Amino acid sequence: MLDRTLKGSQKYWGWLIFLLIMMGIGFLVYLYQFKVGLRITGMSRDVSWGLYISQLTYLVGIAAGGVMVVLPCYLHDYKAFARITVLGEGLAIASVLMCFLFVMVDLGQVTRMFNIILYPHPKSILFWDMIVLNVYLFLNILIGWNVVAAERKGIHYQKWVKVLIYISIPWAFSIHTVTAFLYAGLPGRHYWLTAIMAPRFLASAFCAGPAVLLLICLIVRKVTKFDPGIKQMRTLGGIIAYAFVLNIFFFLLEVFTAFYSQIPGDMHSLVYLFAGLDGYGKLVPWMWTFAVVSVVAIVLLVVPATRRKEDTLMVACIAVIIATWIDKGLGLIIGGFVPDPFGKVFEYWPTTPEILITLGVYATGFFILTVFFKMVVSIKEEVGA
Amino acid sequence: MGVDRRQFLKIAGLSTLAGLGGKTAFELLAPGDVEAALPLMKAKRWAMVVDMRRLNEEAMKKLQKACHYAHNVPDFGDPKVEIKWIWAEEFKHAFPDHENEYVPEKVAHEKVLLLCNHCSNPPCCRVCPTGATWQREDGIVMMDWHRCIGCRFCMAGCPYGSRSFNWGDPRKAPKALNPDFPTNPEFPTRSKGVVEKCTFCDERLAKGLLPACVEAADKIGKDLLIFGDLADPDSNVRQALGKHFTIRRKPELGTSPNIYYIV
Repeated sequence: MLDRTLKGSQKYWGWLIFLLIMMGIGFLVYLYQFKVGLRITGMSRDVSWGLYISQLTYLVGIAAGGVMVVLPCYLHDYKAFARITVLGEGLAIASVLMCFLFVMVDLGQVTRMFNIILYPHPKSILFWDMIVLNVYLFLNILIGWNVVAAERKGIHYQKWVKVLIYISIPWAFSIHTVTAFLYAGLPGRHYWLTAIMAPRFLASAFCAGPAVLLLICLIVRKVTKFDPGIKQMRTLGGIIAYAFVLNIFFFLLEVFTAFYSQIPGDMHSLVYLFAGLDGYGKLVPWMWTFAVVSVVAIVLLVVPATRRKEDTLMVACIAVIIATWIDKGLGLIIGGFVPDPFGKVFEYWPTTPEILITLGVYATGFFILTVFFKMVVSIKEEVGA
Repeated sequence: MGVDRRQFLKIAGLSTLAGLGGKTAFELLAPGDVEAALPLMKAKRWAMVVDMRRLNEEAMKKLQKACHYAHNVPDFGDPKVEIKWIWAEEFKHAFPDHENEYVPEKVAHEKVLLLCNHCSNPPCCRVCPTGATWQREDGIVMMDWHRCIGCRFCMAGCPYGSRSFNWGDPRKAPKALNPDFPTNPEFPTRSKGVVEKCTFCDERLAKGLLPACVEAADKIGKDLLIFGDLADPDSNVRQALGKHFTIRRKPELGTSPNIYYIV
């Protein structure tokens, strides 16, 4: 089946070569980081996690978001999604692989990575995160591959694949719950110490994941002969609308608890993010962009006319991705470290090498995604689905 | 408390030199004899009482120097990548939850000596995925610099900012700031990419010595830093805690810090 990935248009190869160049640049910069240490990043004694771990958090969400096409299809018998479940699985595979790469580039001693398995410590949430992400990856590879293989042969996939599909649905919820637990159980990090962290993570995952998927559907329809279907895209639009509104609602609950209780620790991170603290406010323009873009997204998604129209729905999806990325891929992790345990503000901003490594990891993810989807779509074109 | 490899080799080497032979070294180190051979410090729960009333900033600098000298802690001259095991912090930053605009001038500007709290219920050990940081039976929160993978989960978990990460190679710290690095050839230097912090001088306790900061404090004045066994009702720390009103950093988090401050 992989041979389908070797036959493509000039645009296909051009895109892959571009990604390979980005991957190469990222890898070279990583070699430099490997040699001199993480001091080439913007991270510090106070903000000890930065862009890498934020991207891990965001992408676990994208991976889990894929389940929003699998769940309606298998639990609600929504047959229309059967055409595109494999796209959700492909997105999950690429996202989880990017998660692993982001953890690896963040480790100070990556060569000792397997100490997590050699000396397992089940009290650590990181141990469980490693387990749930690995299992989710293999579930999606097995399911995705077998479903596509069966489709190529024109037969129905085997029964055991369906068992795996049913397991993968709650598993998607588990990966993002466990990722939320990485943060939500730490004493003294007020911005993260909230029981609503896991629901927040799931809500943002279930809008961001399908939003990425919907954009992919639009691209696939434009560059290939396979049409994911207008009905499918409309249903996705509805799912995105519900999840995004919930996501913003959960965020506002945090704002209420912090500011009505007036407990300084609960307010400080939000104040830093949206207004600046002690004269420091690097994230303020970003967080207000998040606020404005969120309003735009909600309007476009809630008003039926704009949600059903393709071009406005596309704009809404882009807005959802930008808003959730700023909230989770930037503000959440950095905001958790500011102010530090001493109540002082030490600001973080990613350095150029750090951004290049991050782009390199994203390019790797897009490369896997492109190749996987190329294979899937070629087969779908052949069988005339 | 056992004998580490360095001490074993030392004793084995010395006994061989003395003509006793290798076999005798093993006999010498049979269980029970070790304690007789080496004066080891023991406790059920190590704790420290800091007398803030008598400890000024100048004295704290001396204590930091003694500690950082004994443990090859480099000076990078940059707060972004700095490594510190023991340091002075303003009262309002050391105790941010003791919000009070009207504390006496002296307290507001006076600094507080900070180090790892060696919590009885340490979140750092809970979150470590490899057990590279763990709690000993005597309460000391230890670090294994050969097992640490540098994930920095412990730094996110510590509510006291007690942990430092080697963002770069400590052996390549600016020469101008560290002319005689490594300052203590007896103690290992670390590699880049691992987390480190105060270990209550486990290596000195094993030899029956007090922690470097306590030893340095004793040279400045009596009982500036009181170090002893919290589990022993007759110990020096328990006597000090019974006599003076003390506070701890962020006790409401349930970590049970073992550094007490006489205010």
